[in-house]
Amino acid sequence: MLRYALLRLLGAIPTLLLVIVLAFLMVHAAPGGPFVDERGLPPAIEARLDEAYDLDKPLPEQLWRYMVRLAHGDFGPSFRYTDYTVSELIAGAFPLSLRLGAAAMALALVVGLAAGILAALRSNSLADRFVMTFAMTGISIPVFVFAPVLVLFLAVRLHWLPAGWSGNEGPARWILPIVSLALPQIAYIARLMRASMIDVLGSDFIRTARAQGLGTVAVVRYHALKPALLPVLSYMGPAVAAILTGSVVVEEVFGIPGLGQLFVRGALNRDYTLVLGIVIFYAVLVITLNLVVDILYGVIDPRIRRR
Amino acid sequence: MKRFGGILVLIVLIAFLGPLLSPHDYQQTNFDNILLPPTAAGMHWFGTDDLGRDLFVRTMLGVQITILVAVVASIVSLVIGVLYGAVAGYVGGRVDAVMMRFVDTLYALPFIFFVILLMVAFERNFLLIFVAIGATNWLDMARIVRGQTLSLREREFVDAARLTGVSTARIILRHIAPNLVGVVIVYVTLTIPQAILFESFLSFLGLGIQEPQTSLGTLVDAGVNQMQGASYMLLIPAAMLAVILLCFNFFGDALRDAFDARQSR
Repeated sequence: MLRYALLRLLGAIPTLLLVIVLAFLMVHAAPGGPFVDERGLPPAIEARLDEAYDLDKPLPEQLWRYMVRLAHGDFGPSFRYTDYTVSELIAGAFPLSLRLGAAAMALALVVGLAAGILAALRSNSLADRFVMTFAMTGISIPVFVFAPVLVLFLAVRLHWLPAGWSGNEGPARWILPIVSLALPQIAYIARLMRASMIDVLGSDFIRTARAQGLGTVAVVRYHALKPALLPVLSYMGPAVAAILTGSVVVEEVFGIPGLGQLFVRGALNRDYTLVLGIVIFYAVLVITLNLVVDILYGVIDPRIRRR
Repeated sequence: MKRFGGILVLIVLIAFLGPLLSPHDYQQTNFDNILLPPTAAGMHWFGTDDLGRDLFVRTMLGVQITILVAVVASIVSLVIGVLYGAVAGYVGGRVDAVMMRFVDTLYALPFIFFVILLMVAFERNFLLIFVAIGATNWLDMARIVRGQTLSLREREFVDAARLTGVSTARIILRHIAPNLVGVVIVYVTLTIPQAILFESFLSFLGLGIQEPQTSLGTLVDAGVNQMQGASYMLLIPAAMLAVILLCFNFFGDALRDAFDARQSR
């Protein structure tokens, strides 16, 4: 098991390097410097600015210096928010996004798994068809379409829930963002869980368990659940990526000052270092969580470890 | 399945022909007529926005651009995906292992952020959006094509081509690729809604299609800002986008079920 975990850890390192180099080159491949649009700067000041941001060095050296600084957890200074480093900005905004994302993921898992299992046990019933139609709708319609529509009806029209983030206190302001973020994941997880549960319930060892007189609850709880969870578990990596993407939208719609909002503002302001830093931060997050999922997979399914 | 295909054809027809029936232009502002709710009187069937521009024509333009981006991006992803998958599957061995390992690696990454990074680094323009979306959307296609190629490679007509001395590149392009058409078409119908999603997501955030051009994502964004007084500005483009995406997804799913029942993915 330890060997398996270490191998996985080693496998993640090239991915990480690839991401950093790719992201760095993408930003620096653009024609013109970041200060080119600010007309009227005296050449001396422009030269000093270039020097301060390492832009006067050749590209490989810039990349090397950037990676060395990254290794120390330093993402460099922000281009637009002067006086702040990218690390400070990320550290300030991330906790809020983390709470939002974690809550949405938890909600998605609980509701998605329950709905999927229910649909699988009553497959082709009315409840099943309802869950599947809902799932297809949830997968098809993007967050930025139904989040504003939810706000329009539940907050603006009916006044049941607060519409925005600032100016509202208490737990109620969390409800709409979390639900909006979780909905597509609920849909995906329900679909996956239903398919794999139907698959597992048709296998021989379940028939044996049933023949021994076990009730449905016991069969699902002690026999079918673990193997049926595997596809859902392998979806957790993409799910984390989807939640990150979704949180960018949700934070925009609700005005939540988290990492997603910081990212969009940075992109609109063309804050190179900030956007680069956040992309790398997101990628590291996704790679790390994928690694955790991979290792968990090994824990749950001993067959994987031997490969 | 026919129903969803029919709705899609209808939407595309209306999107391209509808604006011809309207007397209004997509970028003509009219400050006497701002935020009009949908009315037949001034021929503003979907109302007007906060600059007095006609929303029917703008929404149709949005659908046009959304569909255009989706189709072009899908073609880009198709070309990359088919070539990549066919080469990996046909050459096989260590090359295949490395190539597919690379795909697995990319699979885990939040691509949309890299596209945004590109948008920040370069000036925003149409072409870049097409290419960026297509270039990030070929992974599924590559996997499917590789799987098909693995079995095609063993077939007699490929052996025959090899024995008569046809080069590897030519075998892939002339003998393998045409046999992939069926599968590829099915998966393109599933790539298109993904491309639409990407584009409207970027446009919603203000990083995609720029004013005075518009797309459904841009219109939804504008609708969010006017939600309090003019909810039609949000609801019409939102419903339009939802219907298009749902139709593509249902259509693609049905097509996939109909054509390759064996392949359960």
